[in-house]
Amino acid sequence: MQLTNRAQQVVNKEMTFLERLYLPAIFGGMLITIKHLFRKKVSLRYPDVKREFAPVYRGQHVLKRDAEGRENCTACGLCAVSCPAEAITMDAAERKIGEEHLYREEKYAAKYEINMLRCIYCGLCEEACPKDAIYLTDRIVASEFTRGKFIYGKDMLVEKMDDRIDISQRKKHYSIVNN
Amino acid sequence: MKSEIIFYLLSALSIISALVVVFTKNPIYSVLSLIVCFFSIAGHYVMLNSQFLAIVHIIVYAGAIMVLMLFTVMLLNLNKESEPHKSSLIKVAAIITGGLLMLTILASLKTTQLTAYSTPADLGLGSVQSVGMSLFTEYLLPFEISSILFMSAMIGAVVLAKKER
Amino acid sequence: MEIIFFKIALILIIFLISLGMAAYSTYGERKIAAFLQDRIGPDRAGPFGLLQPIADGTKMFLKEEIIPNVSNKWLFILGPCIFMVTALMTSAVIPWGLPLEFGGVKYNLQIADINIGILYVLGVVGLGVYGVMIGGWASNNKFALLGAIRASSQMISYELAMGMSVIAILLMNNGSLSINTMVESQGTGKLYGFINISGMNWNVFYQPVACLIFIICAFAECNRTPFDLAESESELIGGFHTEYSSMKLGLYLFAEYINMFISATVISCMFFGGYNFPGIAYLQEILPANIVSLISIAVLFGKIIFFIFFFMWVRWTIPRFRYDQLMRLGWQVLMPLSIINMLITGAVLIWFNN
Repeated sequence: MQLTNRAQQVVNKEMTFLERLYLPAIFGGMLITIKHLFRKKVSLRYPDVKREFAPVYRGQHVLKRDAEGRENCTACGLCAVSCPAEAITMDAAERKIGEEHLYREEKYAAKYEINMLRCIYCGLCEEACPKDAIYLTDRIVASEFTRGKFIYGKDMLVEKMDDRIDISQRKKHYSIVNN
Repeated sequence: MKSEIIFYLLSALSIISALVVVFTKNPIYSVLSLIVCFFSIAGHYVMLNSQFLAIVHIIVYAGAIMVLMLFTVMLLNLNKESEPHKSSLIKVAAIITGGLLMLTILASLKTTQLTAYSTPADLGLGSVQSVGMSLFTEYLLPFEISSILFMSAMIGAVVLAKKER
Repeated sequence: MEIIFFKIALILIIFLISLGMAAYSTYGERKIAAFLQDRIGPDRAGPFGLLQPIADGTKMFLKEEIIPNVSNKWLFILGPCIFMVTALMTSAVIPWGLPLEFGGVKYNLQIADINIGILYVLGVVGLGVYGVMIGGWASNNKFALLGAIRASSQMISYELAMGMSVIAILLMNNGSLSINTMVESQGTGKLYGFINISGMNWNVFYQPVACLIFIICAFAECNRTPFDLAESESELIGGFHTEYSSMKLGLYLFAEYINMFISATVISCMFFGGYNFPGIAYLQEILPANIVSLISIAVLFGKIIFFIFFFMWVRWTIPRFRYDQLMRLGWQVLMPLSIINMLITGAVLIWFNN
């Protein structure tokens, strides 16, 4: 089976005098490098210019709320089961009366932790989630000095009401892929 | 006057460094002070208006031969433990050789007449042209014989290096 | 008396220029490396990163100075000193331009016009080996020792071919070893005896083979890629300067760039006409002498900068040689080639003179 058309037959023939001088080959190489001197540079001046992420970039997770600000997660545990790195742990709890404005359904996650050092950002959790609760975003997990700080609890994961995270692009892409 | 001061300084430097070569225990220091000695001798050549000899002396002796010496000393890693045992026979032989050398030097010193140092006039004696001229006319035979000697040394080195195959 | 003051000023200026060129060569090296690899390179310190050498130097000075306990302390300090001093000494015999004239007194832009100029350069460059060897041995580290031994044997081997290729130039130059007469002779006469462009009678047109050998040997003498086996990072950590830190490491790295500057200068003086440029005679007729002199200095520096760029261009193109390949190239290719070149030059000269 031919994979590419770039394969070359290796010939172990005696080199000619010109080839043994190596000078033509060296000048050829130098010609190649000098051409790169005038090429467009690929580097970005990072903090000033940022590279655009793909719409499905898998970065730091978010636990979504619905339009009324109630948490979507019902602590069903499918994300934890699907996680190949076993990075997700959670404790379920029953919604008390008077907490209807906080949680969408009768069961919710009292504790929800993702170990960001274990996570491999595969995105299986968001595919497993039946409740539209967990999504990976284009945010980058910040660096820390201690390992303990990488275990993100609900305070880090659940989106803030005044700082909602837009995942419509992501959803659109998923719907294309899934159909 | 100025050149006299420089002459005495250079002489003192060459004698002291030569003594250090003999008396120091560390072989590396010995080699390094030999290099200093060569430099002061090159300085003497410059004082005698023969820059060509001076620079050739530096290139050949300080630049090439002493590097090889330093090589050997560094690779041998000489220290107290690895110092070979010297038998008394070698000591006696060394004393006899040294005594003979001293006798020769004393005899040659006896016949020389010490004259006061004076700056030589620039006769172009040390230039490339005059050195080449005298090498290829006056001293042609010794020059060619020494080149044959070098050739034999080179062939010997090649033979020694090729022996293992 | 005036001459002495002028010489002292000239020494100071050349000293500062050498250091400045070396500093900005480090910047240039990083920039050119980046450009040849489609990157941008340092651009944070100052506009276009132009203050980067100063930042690097400050970093070197402020770093902790570590002298290994088991090393020989005095030799450890002596090593980089020798390397730096020998690198700076070489520039004494370079003619930097046409003589300047103030108040009827001619000032030669050369520190010392000694009649053994090129041999002086070869000798001083040969002494640079000691800096490497002493530093590498005093580190008391086997990688450093290996690097030092590689560096010195490489330098000794390539010095021979270098000297032999120079002899071909000397033969054409009536046996004069002075760099000044060499440069002057390249500014007079017609190219090949009939192409009449003033200041274009460059040695490279007569001696392309010697030029090639000299440039290759200059690469080897400067310990630069493709001959940078002395410090090959992937095999020997850092070679002879593995144990060095702070400004002593800085001196080693700096001296290498000064060596590169000097060898670029020597190449342009010996083969590419030094301060001569096409049309120099015409400019001398229509412009005052001092202005032509300044132009000649600028031309020489243009050539030097081109060759420094060439050194970097080669470095970022060609991979490192293996050690046996290096030795075979030096002894079995360049050495016989330069001797044959010398013999042919001598034969042709005798044929033409008769």
